[in-house]
Amino acid sequence: MANVKIRDLRKSFGSVGVVHGVDLDIEDGEFVVFVGPSGCGKTTLLRMIAGLDDITDGTVEIGGTVVNDVAPSRRGVAMVFQTYALYPHMTVYKNMAFGLKQAKTPKDEIDRLVRAAAEVLQITDYLDRSPKNLSGGQRQRVAIGRAIVRAPEVFLFDEPLSNLDAALRVQTRIEIARLHERLGTTMIYVTHDQVEAMTLADRIVVLRDGQIEQVGVPMALYERPQNMFVAQFIGSPKMNFFRNSDIDAGSRARFNHETTLGVRPEHLRICDQEPALVSGRLELIEQFGEYALAYLITDEGTEFTVKLDLPPFDYVGKRMSFDTSIQLMHTFDTKTGERIRQQGIQRG
Amino acid sequence: MNDTQRALWSERAAITAAWVAGILMFFPIFWMALTSFKTELEAIAVPPTIIFDPTLENFSLIQERTDYTGFAWNSIITSVGGTALAMAIAVPAAYAMAFFPGRRTKDVLLWMLSTKMLPAVGVLMPIYLISQKLGLLDTRIVLVVIYAMINLPIVIWLLFTYFREIPKEILEASRMDGTSTFNEIVEIVIPLSWGGVASTALLSIVLLWNEAFWSINLTSSDAGTLTALVASFSSPEGLFWSKLSAVSTAACAPIVVLGWFCQKQLVQGLTFGAVK
Repeated sequence: MANVKIRDLRKSFGSVGVVHGVDLDIEDGEFVVFVGPSGCGKTTLLRMIAGLDDITDGTVEIGGTVVNDVAPSRRGVAMVFQTYALYPHMTVYKNMAFGLKQAKTPKDEIDRLVRAAAEVLQITDYLDRSPKNLSGGQRQRVAIGRAIVRAPEVFLFDEPLSNLDAALRVQTRIEIARLHERLGTTMIYVTHDQVEAMTLADRIVVLRDGQIEQVGVPMALYERPQNMFVAQFIGSPKMNFFRNSDIDAGSRARFNHETTLGVRPEHLRICDQEPALVSGRLELIEQFGEYALAYLITDEGTEFTVKLDLPPFDYVGKRMSFDTSIQLMHTFDTKTGERIRQQGIQRG
Repeated sequence: MNDTQRALWSERAAITAAWVAGILMFFPIFWMALTSFKTELEAIAVPPTIIFDPTLENFSLIQERTDYTGFAWNSIITSVGGTALAMAIAVPAAYAMAFFPGRRTKDVLLWMLSTKMLPAVGVLMPIYLISQKLGLLDTRIVLVVIYAMINLPIVIWLLFTYFREIPKEILEASRMDGTSTFNEIVEIVIPLSWGGVASTALLSIVLLWNEAFWSINLTSSDAGTLTALVASFSSPEGLFWSKLSAVSTAACAPIVVLGWFCQKQLVQGLTFGAVK
């Protein structure tokens, strides 16, 4: 087991910079999720830790050793790829044994390790099958098994669930969480799905354009996003933003035009009394069973979403008003997008 | 005519065209094989005789007058040896270009192929003289080396296209597993593109088996291949059609049989990736 230290890590392909100076400390045994939109550099960052991409500048330290010039197999890391990347011409057993065989591990030791890992992942019955005769979920487990047998100090996951269907994704997500519980190994997990990030991570690293936007425990990112990007990226459906002019005339919330107000859809509630915080015309309702999403538009043309327990079908096309408590309001500098302290709002 | 009928007719037309092309290509071989069982008189008869008493006389004559097995053995050694040498050089070359391409990789590939545009006779003199100086004239070694060189561009090119089909992640996974470059090629790359590698080797053997220019010019009795044997039948003794046909049939029979057995591999390899 090992910690990972990243110092001013940079990567450019030719003249195009992809990662622009990332600093990060990952504790021993921690589950860290890199999340961000596609092209944000999260996979490149992971590949630099793995040793699959060269480091342009900066250092990666695993367990106290700088590994910039250490071969991938000697960094004590194992990786699970998005496409599983199983060896199609080998059986499941051979797939899992391959790395050990390369390391010249004795045969009976290989057998013991492979069977132990297969037991953990419940793939013992498939050991003699070839990957093409397995389902997506089974293949994913073999890929994880191949990583486990090498007893790495750090596990790297590159969007491991994105090729699975929705139901299997949830199931495998839980299995990965259990695996972390059981092994206690440091894990670094890349995803573009904020739900995976929220549910799996000890800490989330939000990346954009090759830079870290915010690092924190999931609830800290949800409750106190550092900027508008993180505010919209974490949480589903994404946070609503209102300008000063969107706010109802009589509202108690007052802020100047240089400030943007953010309220999560689940924190707005229907308000019958005047003045409310914000009003809009109800355009569309999406019914999810246990809740419904209402899509509205303010007089100023700002779209916003509200999460409600009961779908207000009677109100489609009509005006509705909403309010929230001051603790659930977020304020951001409109120009820079950075969070500003809530003193920006005055209650009248 | 409705759409279904039109589709049916165009299908029939395509099938007919394929048969015509196939027969046109096969006919000379068929005629050669047929002539080899005729007497010399029947062979030059006009109009040609289709029904005749087949004789094996020509074949026994070849075996008596010449050392057919010796030439055949030379053909096997030079074509297989040349292919093996070419593969030994081409596999690492294609691996490097497919998985670690540089900015000029495409140019290098094109340049390699462009060497095939050079007429062989253009370099006959220097190669002949070098072989002579090295004492390699009429040896199998010189043919193996030359054969490997002349097939190298096409072998590299084919292997490159097959290797490129291998998903990069699989090689990265093997690198994470700690394979050496050699093991990566032997245990991952070659097994994964086995169809392509095998068909490339087969194609190379076929091309070298039929190669005549270099074997006629650089060898005679000791290292002569079957193509040199066929050539020797055509010129000095005048044209004896049935004997020439017999020696040609005997020369191409082994490779036809090999091709027949490897048909599935060949077709699979040459259309590899085309339907994915």
